[in-house]
Amino acid sequence: MRPNDRMNITLFIPCFVDTCFPEVGRHMVRILERLGHRVTCPEAIACCGQPAFNSGYWDEARQVAGKTLHHLRDAEAVVIASGSCGAMLKVFYPQLYEGRPEAGAARALSERTWEFSDFLVNRLGVTDLGARFPAKVTFHDGCHGLRELGIKSAPRRLLEKVRDLELVEMTDAETCCGFGGTFAAKFPMISTAMGEVKCASAADTGAEYMVSNDSSCLMHLQGLLSRQGKPLKTIHLAQILDPQ
Amino acid sequence: MSIAAQQFLEAAGSITRNLRHRGLIQTALRKYEAARDRKKSAFNDWSAARQSAAETKWDAINHLDTYLVEFASKLEARGTKVHWCPTGPEARDTIRGIIRDAQAKCIVKSKAMTAEEIHLNEALEKDGFEVVESDLGEFIVQLRQEPPYHIVFPAMHLTRDEISDLFERELGSAPTREPEELTMIARRALRRKYLQADVGITGANFAIAETGMVSITENEGNARLTSALPRVMVTLLGIEKVLPKLEDLALFLPLLATAGAGQTVTGYNTLYGGPRQPGESDGPTEWHVVLLDNRRTELLADPEQRDALHCIRCGACLNVCPIFRNVGGHTYGTTYSGPVGSVITPHLRGLQDWKHLSNASSLCGACTEACPVKIDLHHHLLQNRRNAVGDAPSWIERLAWRAHAFVVNTPALYQFAQEVGRIVEPLRKRLQGTPLDPVQSWTRTRDLPPVAGESFKEWWRNRR
Amino acid sequence: MNARDRILARIREALTVPAPKPGSHGHAQEHDGGHGHGDSSAGTRPIGFRNRPVHVARAWLPQGGSTPAEHLARFAAASAELKTDFRCVDSEAEAHAALRRIADDEGWRRVASHHHAMTDAAVAALGRPALFTDGGYPPDDLEACEAGITTCDVLVAQTGSLVVNSRSSGGRALSVLPPHHVVLARRDQLVSDLTDAFQRVEALHGQQWPSMISLVTGPSRTGDIERILVLGAHGPKKLTVLMW
Ligand code: SF4
Repeated sequence: MRPNDRMNITLFIPCFVDTCFPEVGRHMVRILERLGHRVTCPEAIACCGQPAFNSGYWDEARQVAGKTLHHLRDAEAVVIASGSCGAMLKVFYPQLYEGRPEAGAARALSERTWEFSDFLVNRLGVTDLGARFPAKVTFHDGCHGLRELGIKSAPRRLLEKVRDLELVEMTDAETCCGFGGTFAAKFPMISTAMGEVKCASAADTGAEYMVSNDSSCLMHLQGLLSRQGKPLKTIHLAQILDPQ
Repeated sequence: MSIAAQQFLEAAGSITRNLRHRGLIQTALRKYEAARDRKKSAFNDWSAARQSAAETKWDAINHLDTYLVEFASKLEARGTKVHWCPTGPEARDTIRGIIRDAQAKCIVKSKAMTAEEIHLNEALEKDGFEVVESDLGEFIVQLRQEPPYHIVFPAMHLTRDEISDLFERELGSAPTREPEELTMIARRALRRKYLQADVGITGANFAIAETGMVSITENEGNARLTSALPRVMVTLLGIEKVLPKLEDLALFLPLLATAGAGQTVTGYNTLYGGPRQPGESDGPTEWHVVLLDNRRTELLADPEQRDALHCIRCGACLNVCPIFRNVGGHTYGTTYSGPVGSVITPHLRGLQDWKHLSNASSLCGACTEACPVKIDLHHHLLQNRRNAVGDAPSWIERLAWRAHAFVVNTPALYQFAQEVGRIVEPLRKRLQGTPLDPVQSWTRTRDLPPVAGESFKEWWRNRR
Repeated sequence: MNARDRILARIREALTVPAPKPGSHGHAQEHDGGHGHGDSSAGTRPIGFRNRPVHVARAWLPQGGSTPAEHLARFAAASAELKTDFRCVDSEAEAHAALRRIADDEGWRRVASHHHAMTDAAVAALGRPALFTDGGYPPDDLEACEAGITTCDVLVAQTGSLVVNSRSSGGRALSVLPPHHVVLARRDQLVSDLTDAFQRVEALHGQQWPSMISLVTGPSRTGDIERILVLGAHGPKKLTVLMW
């Protein structure tokens, strides 16, 4: 299929994006529709099952994942605005279902699942979305997107094309922000210390915004920054890329 | 919760607030990172070199019996005594016996994490022997009567001022701020010990099956001296240290030094193949090689995590680990700290008592990316979590996850939960900072994002 | 069953279940070779040690050069970085002259060495009292010498290292106990990399191994205090290589 052919894209909106960051989903919808694709969003699914999976409760994770697997079985392409949930579908579902009847379906879903920036650049072949964002920003690589999915250059290539945007790299771009799902609540003191290191590294660049392709990291980082009254702000990549 | 877990939580709680510690460790490890990156870039193909090392270690570990027999028989042919020790206490008793038979008084030791693992020094000191650690970092932490902070950099948590104070107190030296002078104080103190010692104890980095040799990696020359002057030499190593061939070192020595310390190769990489041979002018007349199992075979029996035995103890995973960098080495309460420690300690010392280390990870994967032998470290942490739940699930947590599954799987209930969240938010805000706040583990240090007036799904529905 | 057989039995029992090959766990790829879609499609593929030509790994390592001139340049550069005093001169007589100058500058009273045509000539040229370690020596006497003069088996351009052994380089202590280690070497002893060096060592000693073979790379060093480099931790503070 040629890059500009019309695709049926299924968005997977994780529960915390749905509840707390709906604008991220709205921008994704607008960006993809403007590129001429048909976007759907199954309302029946809300979670990928990663929290239970990461806590070691794989049976319970399968209760959630099974439903997601079922509802996404016919999707042409599944696009996710979070590297972490993306990794769950792409990398961990096949493990979760290894040796089970659903193994084939899990592997097939993995093949058709894309993280948002990866999808734009490497599937659709677009980098310039016509956006303008007059600010100095620094990019935080979410660990799952970076190390489970191998995404490093796609978000940067997208940011490079944004008018009036200046991208400065921080020293610890690839260092974990300390969110880690349930880790953030089970070991809040370690999670907080990690977040502080990250925020200091980002602030050192003089950037106004810390951008990421993972809302979960940003929830944690923005939480820290707001509490400490720091001027640095966080923003999701999709919010910058949507020219509206 | 196990005692070890409680201690971990307490220690982590206080040290993560210690900004001086945070700064010291960040600075030291950023220096390491810069040196490592420089040395890595001299490789023609770092990732192929890693893959090759992983395959070589896979070969070694998956044919461990064959290689160990070859290693031991070649050593014995040149007059070395090989001891096989299934447990820590057996290894300890073996070494105590060797030292008693040698009628030794003074023992000098070069760095050996396996000796830490079996608490060798304590045992020997209880027997009335003087054991002197000769590696500078180990010498410093021994004077402080604490365990090494890091498997490669034992004293990285101390400043020069603290070390100067320590030397002044313990050795009576004049205070100084010069690392050079501090090093010379230790050099002078240890010179006499090498000359006096009757027994030298070392660890080992590799056991070469093909030639029956151990390889010891160091920078200071203390292991060289420990194995040159005393008349009896003891080398303690884990059974997983094997490499098939001598020339495998051409790959492993640069890999270990680059990943571990940002060096092309370390200062001294020495092969020992026997006690003093006919016609040689010095060296121990007796050499004992002590092979330690101590539950390594249990790790071997888990094919999923068997690759954890590939570990060459370079310390790279500790260096890059954001958890280690914030909680430090002592917080773990284990011989092997950092990611590799969190993976193997549950196997070596009991899953239920040590599973908290596998939970105390954001699963960022920096360790796996850094590991020169490609151990799948952070996924092993996930597997430990799964195994811990499989063996002894917490019924409260299980119930909570079932409830979570039920809510997210039932759209009406999920929407209802969102609605409740919206309604109670003002109340929760008022409770914030009090013990009644239901999400205080989050809100003690972080703000919680507000529940949006219109969720994405509501927007989506209205739009159509 | 004795302890040896017990351990071996446990190993054999454990190995009845095969472990996956390295790289086949498949996740956590390096992000230059992303997982699944990722930024690029080339992951690190297994190399296959069973079929690996014996010395193929050397191609991936830092290089030592392919001509004698390159070897020399590489060794000199590595020495400079390691703070090894490396001097390549035109004749043995020049090397002796250099050695005399060092001895005068440092005020050597007594040197230690071992018998070999090269060292005998150098010690004679120095005209100072010497301790020869061959056949045994009192350790305190060796400790009192200002320099240890030895030959070596081979020198390595790739790493700036040299190899000494307990049989033909004067024992285990001579090269590490005196504060200054001087190595006398000929140009044809310099090889490209560690693979060549191990081959050379095997050719020299493979029939009858000495009890110790040491790859020496620079003077003794430590970074144990605040990761600041200090030379002469326990071994020599100075390493001089005189080559002709
Ligand atoms: S697990 Fe890997 S990175 Fe960590 S110490 Fe072992 S070899 Fe080094």
